[in-house]
Amino acid sequence: MTVPHTGCKLPLSRRAGWMTPPCARVAIKMCVLRHRATSLPTKEDMFDSLSDKLQGALEGLKGQGKLTEADVERAAREIRLALLEADVNFKVVKEFVSKVKERALGAEVLESLTPAHQFVKIVSDELTALMGATSTKLSFSPRPPTVIMMVGLQGSGKTTTCGKLASFLQKQGKSPALIAGDVYRPAAIEQLKTLGRQLDVPVYDEGDQVDPVDIARNGVAWARETGRDVAIIDTAGRLHIDERLMDELVRIRSQVKPHNILLVVDAMTGQDAVNVAQQFQEKVQFDGVVLTKLDGDARGGAALSVKAVTGRPIKFASTGEKLDSFDYFHPDRMASRILGMGDMLSLVERAQGAVDEKKALELEKKLRKSQFTFEDFLDQLEQVRKMGSLQSILGMIPGLSAGKLKNLQVDDRAFDRIQAIIHSMTSEERRHPEVINGSRRRRIAAGSGSDIQAVNQLLNQFKQMQKMMKQLGSGKMPKNPFQMMGM
Amino acid sequence: MSYNWAEVFRGVDAAAAVGPLATREERKRGWFRQLREGLTKSRKALQDQFSSILLDKFDEDLWERVEEALIYADVGVDTTISIVQRLEQAANAGGIADATQFLSVLRAISAEHFCAADTRIDVTAQPAVILMAGVNGTGKTTTIGKIAWHLKELGKEPLLVAGDTFRAAAVEQLTEWGRRVGCEVVRHDHGSDPGAVAYDGIAAARARGADVVIIDTAGRLHTQVNLMRELEKIERVVKKQIPEAPHETLLTIDATTGQNGLIQARLFKEAVNVSGVVLTKMDGTAKGGIALAISHELDVPIKLIGTGETLDALQPFDAAGFTELLFDESLLQG
Ligand SMILES: Nc1nc2c(ncn2[C@@H]2O[C@H](COP(=O)(O)OP(=O)(O)OP(=O)(O)O)[C@@H](O)[C@H]2O)c(=O)[nH]1
Ligand SMILES: Nc1nc2c(ncn2[C@@H]2O[C@H](COP(=O)(O)OP(=O)(O)OP(=O)(O)O)[C@@H](O)[C@H]2O)c(=O)[nH]1
Ligand SMILES: [Mg+2]
Ligand SMILES: [Mg+2]
Repeated sequence: MTVPHTGCKLPLSRRAGWMTPPCARVAIKMCVLRHRATSLPTKEDMFDSLSDKLQGALEGLKGQGKLTEADVERAAREIRLALLEADVNFKVVKEFVSKVKERALGAEVLESLTPAHQFVKIVSDELTALMGATSTKLSFSPRPPTVIMMVGLQGSGKTTTCGKLASFLQKQGKSPALIAGDVYRPAAIEQLKTLGRQLDVPVYDEGDQVDPVDIARNGVAWARETGRDVAIIDTAGRLHIDERLMDELVRIRSQVKPHNILLVVDAMTGQDAVNVAQQFQEKVQFDGVVLTKLDGDARGGAALSVKAVTGRPIKFASTGEKLDSFDYFHPDRMASRILGMGDMLSLVERAQGAVDEKKALELEKKLRKSQFTFEDFLDQLEQVRKMGSLQSILGMIPGLSAGKLKNLQVDDRAFDRIQAIIHSMTSEERRHPEVINGSRRRRIAAGSGSDIQAVNQLLNQFKQMQKMMKQLGSGKMPKNPFQMMGM
Repeated sequence: MSYNWAEVFRGVDAAAAVGPLATREERKRGWFRQLREGLTKSRKALQDQFSSILLDKFDEDLWERVEEALIYADVGVDTTISIVQRLEQAANAGGIADATQFLSVLRAISAEHFCAADTRIDVTAQPAVILMAGVNGTGKTTTIGKIAWHLKELGKEPLLVAGDTFRAAAVEQLTEWGRRVGCEVVRHDHGSDPGAVAYDGIAAARARGADVVIIDTAGRLHTQVNLMRELEKIERVVKKQIPEAPHETLLTIDATTGQNGLIQARLFKEAVNVSGVVLTKMDGTAKGGIALAISHELDVPIKLIGTGETLDALQPFDAAGFTELLFDESLLQG
């Protein structure tokens, strides 16, 4: 497709989707590049990850022998900075870095790895281990309803998470109920009821003049009577130092004995996450954490802090305002995110889930022979769409934090438009776009409800893409994704 | 620090200010001071103990504690380095004699890192338009209630515009604040165009002679391109009716926010003409240091501080008070 003038001399493979199977890769690129792109990341931006900094700090070292103390010290400085910039609490950073130093000192540098790469691996392994040793499953009671209570600071996302969790459990065949335990925030009850209506999940409330402890108790009893097997209690946002409100949680806990208490933490939280988690832990003993607003570009170091000081696992990740943007938490992905290496694994997994392997192989063959047609392209588009919204896919790509993508308007509707145009072509036209003359273009435009310019644009871009395919097909793409990440 | 609410706004007639704001003496002492006094009980004793020590040799520990205090407050690495470097210069130039002076120089240098622009809220226009923006859950809607209440107390007639047509019950939430303040709320149906509500809000203010229009917007992450475009559009709609408006575009930043706050502020500033920051939730234990980084690096004044969930939990920003909180005497203690 059109390669825009961006001053960016990086190979396309570095900008988008290089770890996805080739067929998905092409379609992502296509839609990314179709749009006005005035500020694709510069080289500097792209290399602004820990691995690159380490590369700099350890320059000159050969991939042999042992790392010396001075090497380790230099690398440790970069790691410390990277973690601080990712909002990991500084005390946690101190401990963590000394652990990494210990492991790195005297470690044999593997032949296959650069010292920088080796370091990244140590850091990332340690991070993953620290964040993910324990189970992330909820505990379900043998005697329903299983009671889940959501707690946390103001605005962290508790109410939304109640809705999301209900929807998540609903999809697993459970029949959840919601309990409106926030009697303080204006319209909090209405907010939960609205979510309940959207999901067709019943919501229990007693208005805002009743003690939340009573509401919780009555709500759970009601859930039991009405045959719901999960009862999710929303609570008001509160500061960890607000004794009266913290005591309220303690009272709810001793009344209804929730099987799971989840602390909802905003991924953008800074150093104070440690205080918050510690206090909530001390007073209400939560079982796990939900990390919210991960759809932004915050590194999310708070996740590490919370885990480190409380030992409680992060169980769920919330990635948007819509009720289906919710999933189990993956420690390994979080590790690379904190280190500024993007959410590569999520991307790969989504691509793998969405892309049909056999088709991918076929396509690769076609690519090499430059027989790529509109039929193939349509196929790819559909596969990419299965991966989720384009915006969310792009957000996972390292160096392509959405901040940097600001002027790159990623519009999922572009998919619709392209699909509509291709659908209006005859199968002959799809296989042999060169037959599409002026009158055919007009017909396609009318048939797809677009204008002739849009059709022309697509045809031109397709031609250019075929050219690009030839280059890719001739093996100019590096194979090893790490190599491409500059590691 | 003492202040008068009438002076926090530009365009408010102090004589017209009646009600609790004018009479509640204690409030005028400033929240920072109150909080600090609560935190350090033996502050005076500590001060006496340390002010006599001559700091002719600045030990590494002290520097490290300064850095840690800044990092711990979420000030971030760059601004921390800038402050520490200036402090070093001052120390090398022999401008610091003892511990007390060390602390006051440190505070002064940090305070100078805040953008020096006017921190008052401009409501001189008739009607004046205030646009609230910020990422999800930072406190936009609540802050609107607080500002409206203060204006009302000061004799101005506010009008609220329910521009968050997206989040569940956002309209109802603002409506409830309007009820508590006793002012009108212009609202459309859930899911309708926020630009259209803003348009109607300004028209209504004109028709009914309201003084200040405050527009709520949906929380949005700075990374959501389409939503940032929507915000730009709301600003354009406002400008079409009143070219100088919005007279204030306030960005809410949650005090617990870490380094991401800087990117938030940068991208919001690129989208709309952010005139100031409201630093919310300062009643917690977070120090809100990201506000220092934002103000320093992006040249935006911090205008207001949110200190709770009630209508009166709002304070004008004060750089000196902020840095006193950032570095209390325990810093010297080691
Ligand atoms: N972008 C994004 N927004 C989210 C996410 N989770 C919640 N939000 C938004 O964050 C804001 C606050 O969410 P709520 O669910 O109301 O938070 P809360 O913790 O219940 O708030 P209080 O009850 O006031 O303490 C809303 O605008 C939500 O739509 C997420 O994962 N991503
Ligand atoms: N402790 C404390 N809580 C606050 C403060 N300001 C707002 N809150 C609380 O933070 C939560 C979110 O506030 P909202 O005003 O709904 O935030 P918002 O930015 O409008 O949220 P969205 O519209 O969902 O993006 C609510 O529970 C408020 O009561 C403050 O200064 N201190
Ligand atoms: Mg809530
Ligand atoms: Mg709001």
